[in-house]
Amino acid sequence: MNIHEYQSKDLLRQYGVAVPNGHVAFSVNEAVEKARSLSTDVGVVKAQIHAGGRGKAGGVKVAKNEDEVRTYADEILGKTLVTHQTGPEGKEVKRLLIEEGCNIDKEFYIGLVLDRSTSRIVLMGSEEGGTEIEEVAEETPEKIFKEFIDPAIGLQGFQARRLAFNMNIPKDSLGKAVAFMSGLYKVFVEKDCSVAEINPLVTTKEGDVLALDAKLNFDSNALFRQKDIQELRDLDEEDPKEIEASEYDLSYIALDGNIGCMVNGAGLAMSTMDIIKHNGGEPANFLDVGGGATAEKVTAAFKIILEDENVKGIYVNIFGGIMKCDVIAEGVVTATKEIGLTMPLVVRLEGTNVAEGKKILEESGLNITAADSMADGAEKIVDLVK
Amino acid sequence: MSILINKDTKVIVQGITGATGLFHTKQAIEYGTQIVAGVTPKKGGTEIEGVPIFNTVSGAVASTGATASVIYVPPGLAADAIFEAVDAELDVVICITEGIPVMDMLKVKRYMEGKKTRLVGPNCPGVITPDECKIGIMPGYIHQKGHVGVVSRSGTLTYEAVDQLSNAGVGQSTAVGIGGDPVNGTDFIDSLKMFNEDEDTKAVVMIGEIGGTAEEEAAEWVKANMNKPVVGFIGGATAPPGKRMGHAGAIISGGKGTAEEKKKTMESCGISVAETPAVIGETLIETLKENNLYEACLTHDPK
Repeated sequence: MNIHEYQSKDLLRQYGVAVPNGHVAFSVNEAVEKARSLSTDVGVVKAQIHAGGRGKAGGVKVAKNEDEVRTYADEILGKTLVTHQTGPEGKEVKRLLIEEGCNIDKEFYIGLVLDRSTSRIVLMGSEEGGTEIEEVAEETPEKIFKEFIDPAIGLQGFQARRLAFNMNIPKDSLGKAVAFMSGLYKVFVEKDCSVAEINPLVTTKEGDVLALDAKLNFDSNALFRQKDIQELRDLDEEDPKEIEASEYDLSYIALDGNIGCMVNGAGLAMSTMDIIKHNGGEPANFLDVGGGATAEKVTAAFKIILEDENVKGIYVNIFGGIMKCDVIAEGVVTATKEIGLTMPLVVRLEGTNVAEGKKILEESGLNITAADSMADGAEKIVDLVK
Repeated sequence: MSILINKDTKVIVQGITGATGLFHTKQAIEYGTQIVAGVTPKKGGTEIEGVPIFNTVSGAVASTGATASVIYVPPGLAADAIFEAVDAELDVVICITEGIPVMDMLKVKRYMEGKKTRLVGPNCPGVITPDECKIGIMPGYIHQKGHVGVVSRSGTLTYEAVDQLSNAGVGQSTAVGIGGDPVNGTDFIDSLKMFNEDEDTKAVVMIGEIGGTAEEEAAEWVKANMNKPVVGFIGGATAPPGKRMGHAGAIISGGKGTAEEKKKTMESCGISVAETPAVIGETLIETLKENNLYEACLTHDPK
């Protein structure tokens, strides 16, 4: 789960991690009011969307006075920002962060992520702040330094110091940099983060170490024990179909094609998309109905798939295994009738009672094509939507 | 022969009284698995489906001599269940539970360092040695006893592959689901090592998916160490970057973990990669023929 920059900074502040003073604003007037409460004349107006690259897209402006704050807030609020992370349709700005300016001396990068190969959290740092870390990793990998953290003892002082020295953080700011890293690691662990990225981290002319930007993502599997984080969820930033799917415990991701897919199991669902593409079709979505494909779940899944206007046909691929195919077939028939589905529907079932399942589909009188295998079904649906 | 589990494996079920645990316990008993005990705190001393229940894993081990356990407890309690199984010094712990927080799994992995227990999973279908022992949620009937090892990050995709093999008359030595999480107990390399050392396994099918670099690392290991043919498949060639495809670990991030990159590395390491999931079986059979192993692996009549 993602949250906004201002929410990330609020959280960091709670953990004693230094961030510039700032407030969220939902309107131009509120933006001006919040700017007045800051201690500097210079204020930064920052668009709050769940995507990077805001600066280049015109979503971050430095205002020298109150009038400029008003001008920029008016300009950015309601604007649709298109960045490399938003996709071509962009994202509308509904919230602003109004923040104090600071005397930047140098920019750095600090990030915490999971290293899957070692099963450790790794603290990464670089003096190439401001640019994307993937770019730095590609072009100058020798400028990225890593500290692997033992979960039994957490981030140690020597590690934070070593990283700070490797990153060439000025000596006078060492203590503050170490405190910053320790605080960041504490938030990461206590709040079940999956990514924490501070880019740029800045040292100021006064010797302070501040998070100029902050991105925190959270492990969705841990949200059950992070109630305060759950409350930070901004549904405006998510695909409505994906939200609806999650309410039915379905895993759904929208794609660009015209063949709707309904599959049980994530691996099989991905592979079903792959085989449709292999046969010259284009999948409209990833949808994993999970272990039990009940009539209720199938109906919900159909409804979500059909909300996508591009969908011209649906491929249901269920390897039931222990689930009984006749029960799944009943579910598909009930759902098809309830929705009044008219477009081509290809169903591939495998599992116990497969013959009974196919019979139910055939005798339903509905426009359902039964497939004998995963490949057969993919060929049939691609053919039917042509 | 087989890996991890066989007909002599005595199994404890942690979370036996929950709906999922109970359902799959019945299925396992029907398959012939030796389920010797269940563990549910406060229900010790009772019995369910003829299986004695204990309050603690160590108590169950002391009374039954069990060497393996399977975990069906909810995600918030799963790490504790794994700790308890490791503490009781079981040989193998298979965790089916999906949705365990990464932070919990990091502690689990750290705790397990230097311990004798091997963890399989979490978020996996389990392990099966056909006709001998089934631990997990996979449908037993699709498997046939034989000489091909299967290791996979995905559940239903494994069933798909196993089904293709069985239909083609090619039985399996053991099928291992290592799970779809970014932090897991047993990985591809661990499984390949065991299959490499297992006399009865003549070839291996490895099924991966997008996210992380486990397949690439395994491919390098195969190139350097494996003396048996390996074929593969990678799911998710059409998956968009930055999106988690159902499994917590199935995500392309920062341009890393794509299906294309994995296939390329695997092929360059001598692994034949199936073009589509529908031809995993065919790809294996071709490879077996090339290596003069087909006859030896044809364990029963094709369908």
